[in-house]
Amino acid sequence: MSLDVEKIRKDFPILHRPVRNKELVYLDNAATTLKPNIVGQIVSDHYLLGASNIHRGVHYYSEKATDEYEGVRDQIKVFIGAKKRNEIIFTTGTTHSVNLLAHILENTKICKGDEILISEMEHHSNIIPWQMLCQRNGAVLKVIPINDDGEIEIEQYKKLLSNKTKLVSVVHVSNSLGSINPIKQMCSLAHEAGALMMVDAAQAVAHIEIDVQNLDVDFLAFSGHKIYGPTGIGVLYGKEALLEELPPFFGGGDMIEKVTFEGSTYAGLPHKFEAGTPPIASVLGLGGALSYVGDLGLKAIEGHEHEVLAYGTQKLLEIEGLRIIGTSKNKTSIISFVLGDVHPHDIGTLVDQDGVAIRVGHHCTQPVMNRFKVPATARASVSIYNRKQDFDVLANSLRKTLEFFR
Amino acid sequence: MTTNENMKELYQSVILDHNKNPKNFKKIEGHTHKQEGFNPVCGDHLHIYIKLSDDKATVEDVGFIGEGCAISKASASMMTQAIKGRPVQEVKDLYKDFHKLLTGKLDPENDENSLGKLQIFSGIWKYPARVKCATLSWHTMAAALDGEAGIIKTE
Repeated sequence: MSLDVEKIRKDFPILHRPVRNKELVYLDNAATTLKPNIVGQIVSDHYLLGASNIHRGVHYYSEKATDEYEGVRDQIKVFIGAKKRNEIIFTTGTTHSVNLLAHILENTKICKGDEILISEMEHHSNIIPWQMLCQRNGAVLKVIPINDDGEIEIEQYKKLLSNKTKLVSVVHVSNSLGSINPIKQMCSLAHEAGALMMVDAAQAVAHIEIDVQNLDVDFLAFSGHKIYGPTGIGVLYGKEALLEELPPFFGGGDMIEKVTFEGSTYAGLPHKFEAGTPPIASVLGLGGALSYVGDLGLKAIEGHEHEVLAYGTQKLLEIEGLRIIGTSKNKTSIISFVLGDVHPHDIGTLVDQDGVAIRVGHHCTQPVMNRFKVPATARASVSIYNRKQDFDVLANSLRKTLEFFR
Repeated sequence: MTTNENMKELYQSVILDHNKNPKNFKKIEGHTHKQEGFNPVCGDHLHIYIKLSDDKATVEDVGFIGEGCAISKASASMMTQAIKGRPVQEVKDLYKDFHKLLTGKLDPENDENSLGKLQIFSGIWKYPARVKCATLSWHTMAAALDGEAGIIKTE
């Protein structure tokens, strides 16, 4: 099955609005994806035609909102291959998920002197929460190096693992390099060492199939807005037995069972971790986005994006002085590059004049920039609505940029 | 305006020249003030070195080193040219005018100002994401003169 890209493009109204009098070429999908009509419709319908709080009302609209909200939990369970719906915790995004996890693992699974392993290619959101945890309780953060292609050094990883390692937290797909990491292998190695495995799937979820049971990971996080859903909604998946055992972090409404001033008891999963009124409309919108992606099929999406990425890579490499950062054999959706001595920020401003949206900067991965000795890169990232010709437009624009700064 | 005209307004040829051959691109030996500036959003990073006269009233020499986009580099380069040999008080006034220019609060054609050649940065306020590229060196220089501790950040 291949994707009908022209049909898909009709579902994304922003693609049909000229930007700077040009057709929009959106290649900033790794920052956030555009939203299809269905997502906007669902969010708007909830606010305008169904706004009610969940879990506490007995009236029609509250019950309807609750059913729809919990329905999305079931949908996510299926989407990532979880065993139980209780294993799906709603958060505001990957960053929230990682921070929440760091807090509930603190002094329960990760204590003073214990070691946490992350990789050199992590997004700041999978570095800082662990650094902060280490500062609080004296755990030790260690870093798995990457090679010149932007791949995890598996042999180094094996050497770093020991009985002190309590958690390995690694990105599934690097947001600045596009590398797909061998999560299944890394997870089984972590388990052999007696460590838990956490996966940051923010950049993976819209591009490759994820099956948490097959991978056997203990925790996994992703954000709705990188898979055509609203911002402000994300997921923390955790194996049920672990989530049962771990304490809540945020306290408040919805996460309790019985409250007295002498002491309170907490709700069961998943509500134990969902204090307060959640972004209901965003959850419903995420449900719409996952249905949309599910109808297209991730296998077909992978095939299409791979083809566009291969074409884009070839087109960009034809440009004099262009160097791709991140050349892993196993890659998806992302081309990071530098162009001669033109600074990425100047590239970004110039190609924007041709209606091309790319990202420039350090992509919240400053250690990756240090590793490759560049201050920043320009990054083109593809999605379901991108066509090969988008890279023709980008390549032309980059040639003009080079000419401009010559 | 066409794309190219737009871009030539933002990247005036003077800016492109300074980007290629930045002036005073060096550490000043015997500097009396120095400061590090960093833009955490894009990674622009520079060090400014200033040598004041013995009576501390005049900028005797100034230089910078670092890396950044064309606009940040050109801005730093032109700043060093503009303030070298000037009384500290005039430098501070210039800093205020430059800041107003970049935030669209000063019209160089109608408002009295001390900007001179620096007026060519007037197009930048239309590109909000790029304003900080041009102001980093100035903020860093002002902090150096004020003897502020720590790294100066745009965020």
